[in-house]
Amino acid sequence: MPMFAVLAELKDGAARKITLEMLAEARRLAALSGSGSVGLIALGPMAPEEAERLAHQGADRIYHVEGEALAGYAAEAHAEGAKAALERAKPDTLFMGATSQGKDLAPRVAARLRVGLASDCTEFTLQNGDLVARRPIYAGKAFGRVAWNAARPRIATIRPNTFTPLEPDSSRKAQVEKVPIGPVKARARVAGFERSEGEMLDLTEANIIVSGGRAMQGPENFELLRKLCKVLGATLGASRAAVDAGWIDHSHQVGQTGKVVNPTVYFAVGISGAIQHLAGMSSSRTIVAINKDKDAPIFKIASYGIVGDLYQVVPLLTEEFERALKE
Amino acid sequence: MNILVFVKQVPDTETRIQLKDGAVDTTNVKWVANPYDEFAIEEALRIRERLGQGKVTVVSLGPDRVKEAIKYALSLGADEGVHLKGDGVALWDPLAVATVLAAAARKLGFDLVFTGKQGVDNDWSQTGIILAEFLDLPHVSVVVGLELDPPAKRGVAKREVEGGAETVEFELPAVITAQKGLNEPRYASLKGIMAVKKKVIPEWTLADLGVDPASVGEGAAAIRFVDFSLPPPRPAGRILEGEPKETARELVRILHEEAKVI
Ligand SMILES: Cc1cc2nc3c(=O)[nH]c(=O)nc-3n(C[C@H](O)[C@H](O)[C@H](O)COP(=O)(O)OP(=O)(O)OC[C@H]3O[C@@H](n4cnc5c(N)ncnc54)[C@H](O)[C@@H]3O)c2cc1C
Ligand SMILES: Nc1ncnc2c1ncn2[C@@H]1O[C@H](COP(=O)(O)O)[C@@H](O)[C@H]1O
Repeated sequence: MPMFAVLAELKDGAARKITLEMLAEARRLAALSGSGSVGLIALGPMAPEEAERLAHQGADRIYHVEGEALAGYAAEAHAEGAKAALERAKPDTLFMGATSQGKDLAPRVAARLRVGLASDCTEFTLQNGDLVARRPIYAGKAFGRVAWNAARPRIATIRPNTFTPLEPDSSRKAQVEKVPIGPVKARARVAGFERSEGEMLDLTEANIIVSGGRAMQGPENFELLRKLCKVLGATLGASRAAVDAGWIDHSHQVGQTGKVVNPTVYFAVGISGAIQHLAGMSSSRTIVAINKDKDAPIFKIASYGIVGDLYQVVPLLTEEFERALKE
Repeated sequence: MNILVFVKQVPDTETRIQLKDGAVDTTNVKWVANPYDEFAIEEALRIRERLGQGKVTVVSLGPDRVKEAIKYALSLGADEGVHLKGDGVALWDPLAVATVLAAAARKLGFDLVFTGKQGVDNDWSQTGIILAEFLDLPHVSVVVGLELDPPAKRGVAKREVEGGAETVEFELPAVITAQKGLNEPRYASLKGIMAVKKKVIPEWTLADLGVDPASVGEGAAAIRFVDFSLPPPRPAGRILEGEPKETARELVRILHEEAKVI
């Protein structure tokens, strides 16, 4: 009976959305494989009602690893915790989030167990029990399908926003097993967190993104885009040209050497559409380009576009959206 | 302070990826040092300059062409470069690559190790962290700020995470994986470019490193690519021209009422 396990990503003791997304995909694969089950590994403090919620979201068995060492995030300690749970659960497959924390922890766990890790996967298929993962390479300019050797578990990190959480089923129950771990010497430990601007969602989790490029001409004009973001509930992005000019922090950069994003709607405002920028956003469901040059390469991949001056178009769009969304 | 920087050679980000015989076609590719590794090199050079002493050694694993990436790092000011011969190594497998890199690190000795956060070819984002595990070192990944206290053998790093930045306290030696924002990489100087000509880049084989070829070869690879594909072309879009007021209204109507995406 193959088990598909999910390593929960917890924030202040509650599971983040990516955990529910991974549970949904694990459930699908477990069903596909016939008699498979879904395991969930939680490392460190977890709110009491979380186990029940995660059962409703698809977990059959929960391995809750507890110990002083897991009080805050430390890769070495969390890897030890993951190992202890995996020894208990013996899953065939382990999913982790392709998030800041998942990407930090997964290679540690893979190396400790000497098993293969496919990063940032967006699709899985199962053929005679063999799992194959599809993942973007070259920042989305191509895709590669990856298979594992015989070592278990196969580990994959899953890109956020790829799978849809299941509707909670309150009749589902999970068995909870506590896995204690002793002290772990962690020589690197998170000591603090500094929130960046605003209440915007992270680019990698955003449904709508509004990005500005060199045509923004300076940091003050990004206000135009912030206003549009506010109306749409969107997250602000940027091209490298705008980042390198110092108008906006590099954490907003979209592209091959920035964030790779896949929102429902991506607005490229005053961005020409260089290959490195396209690499990071061309898998967006709908692409909207606003550019005064009708030959700008961005129009070649845009679903919709306006040829015009952004300084005229963006305030009008903001107004129109505000009106349309109020109705 | 003895600093190692691992540099991967990758296709230039300008490259249009094409497939040939079921694999990524690299015939006309221009090869460059991985962009994130440039931040790693720069940080290593700055640490050496700040301390007024130390050595920066650049190491790359792969075919002969990777010497160019090493030379580039030397032209920026790295002290030494080592080419690890890639023959017989499953170069697509981060576990295999990190096994070889770890052997080289042990042979060279180190007080601090840098890698890039990600190779912009296969986008694994794994090798530096696996290397840390194999060398029994702590690591901090996706680092955008770094402060070291070498006498105390400690450091504090800032790493980029969703919605902000984390501060991580760590012990030295450690592996740091570099993210854009860590610094502003310099350009090669003429003097630096001239100096490269005099440098000898030693070549180390698996035998020189004492690595069993069976442990890093194709047969031992934990993962492999089954096949590759290109994204489907996007259908032609609807591009509006004319009065800003009308085009803006029409676009909002399309997105809100027709496509219903907003
Ligand atoms: C190693 C490497 C990595 C890179 N990685 C990235 C990356 O991750 N992300 C990234 O974005 N780039 C990246 N680049 C840079 C990339 O090659 C381009 O230089 C960059 O994307 C250009 O940004 P831009 O489109 O904002 O500027 P430009 O190319 O200058 O385009 C500006 C556009 O604005 C339009 N415009 C001007 N005024 C107005 C106006 N008033 N109204 C409407 N439109 C107007 C112009 O017609 C033009 O199309 C990378 C480059 C290298 C070498
Ligand atoms: N063949 C290699 N030679 C030297 N360094 C490498 C090699 N492969 C990966 N690295 C290092 O590991 C980092 C992450 O690579 P990756 O895990 O492939 O995304 C790179 O930025 C390099 O610093």
